[in-house]
Amino acid sequence: MSGVRLLVGTRKGAFVLTADGKRDKWKVSGPHFAGWEIYHLKGSPAEPNRLYASQTSGWFGQIMQRSEDGGKTWEAVGKEFDYDGVPGTHQWYDGTQHPWEFKRVWHLEPSLTDPDTVYAGVEDAALFRSTDGARSWHELSGLRGHPSGARWAPGAGGMCLHTILLDPANPKRMYIAISAAGAFRSDDEGKSWTPINQGLRSEGIPDPKADVGHCVHRIAMHPSRPGVLFMQKHWDVMRSDNAGDSWHEVSGNLPTDFGFPIDVHAHEPETIYVVPIKSDSEHYPPDGKLRVYRSRSGGNEWEALTKGLPQKDCYVNVLRDAMAVDSLDSCGVYFGTTGGQVYGSADGGDSWKAIVRDLPAVLSVEVQTLS
Amino acid sequence: MIRVVLPYHLRTLARVGEEVRVEVGNPATLRAVLDAIEASYPVLRGTIRDHATQQRRPFVRYFACEQDLSHDPPTTPLPDAVVQGAEPFLVVGAMAGG
Repeated sequence: MSGVRLLVGTRKGAFVLTADGKRDKWKVSGPHFAGWEIYHLKGSPAEPNRLYASQTSGWFGQIMQRSEDGGKTWEAVGKEFDYDGVPGTHQWYDGTQHPWEFKRVWHLEPSLTDPDTVYAGVEDAALFRSTDGARSWHELSGLRGHPSGARWAPGAGGMCLHTILLDPANPKRMYIAISAAGAFRSDDEGKSWTPINQGLRSEGIPDPKADVGHCVHRIAMHPSRPGVLFMQKHWDVMRSDNAGDSWHEVSGNLPTDFGFPIDVHAHEPETIYVVPIKSDSEHYPPDGKLRVYRSRSGGNEWEALTKGLPQKDCYVNVLRDAMAVDSLDSCGVYFGTTGGQVYGSADGGDSWKAIVRDLPAVLSVEVQTLS
Repeated sequence: MIRVVLPYHLRTLARVGEEVRVEVGNPATLRAVLDAIEASYPVLRGTIRDHATQQRRPFVRYFACEQDLSHDPPTTPLPDAVVQGAEPFLVVGAMAGG
């Protein structure tokens, strides 16, 4: 019987939420790693019971965890993220140069085919890869060594590499995004990188052709069309139809085009989801109404999805890694909030239910569709 | 054997109780006891001091015999009462955050 497993990272631990294919009754397991910040957990597509988790603490640094049984038990694995060579410097908030310093792992992206290969996006922005099941890590330093690297600068949340997309049709191609440097593409398995930020417009960057400096919050793709990318930028929802070579805005009729996550329906490549947030100064939904917006046309024309979501006095945020879709016949959509709710929809967003309401602030949500 | 008291989160990480005992050779210094902790519990490597620089993490403190040893050099000898096992060496997570 099919089912789903949600992997929820929070400020105070990890939670594993499971349900059968109906997705109406949920079992909650956790907190795992209680009291630690769990930025992200993700399962291997090649071996779904193999999970990886990033466990961090302002006191005790970075820990990495691996599970072989779908999150029932865990083993601490390699946690040494050493930059390749002399780390050098990047731009600091005041415009001066600042040394690259590892702080934490924001995002984990297991290989689509090899359960022992996993990528890690870290702060200060760099991409690491393990080929031994996270026991050891090696930097793919062609990214940080890009000539623009010294001009990368942190966003308000730090200079984090938060998005890693692997092209299912082309094993050599991958995309990453960094706040606040922008999006990059590699066509040689991560050895060399090209900024893909043409068409982005950002307040404070007067040069319309600036290759880096944009605060990209999230990128998403549908696996059947890996050359079509959707982006939630600091402000603006964007789309590229040429693998990131150029972008155009598809914010359309959104009430605000600020936000963090963006995702694509599992079976409809032109159906995308965002959660509009009032502004960069007020990180909560406009008018106290928590609304997911869905476009069935790949952008520009958006509809508010409100059934089952609080429509008054709601002032939570939804962070960039806190939305996911399952691949059951009726696509499930899930997101977590900084107020500790995890909402799920078993009908593509038409209606929503709170799966849990009182977790610690949610940092990330991933879903595995289990057969 | 030197008695070491670990903070809660490192106990759960290492899957040990409040106090552990480690063998430390001569001379018994700050560095030697930290080396011994990491050798006995490899999962703690990098959690008390940076794995590369060996610098104490900013929100970690060392205490023993009611003395703050946090800013002492790594070659500092441990107090006799700690070496003799009468008093523990304390690794403390500083009070901060929420």
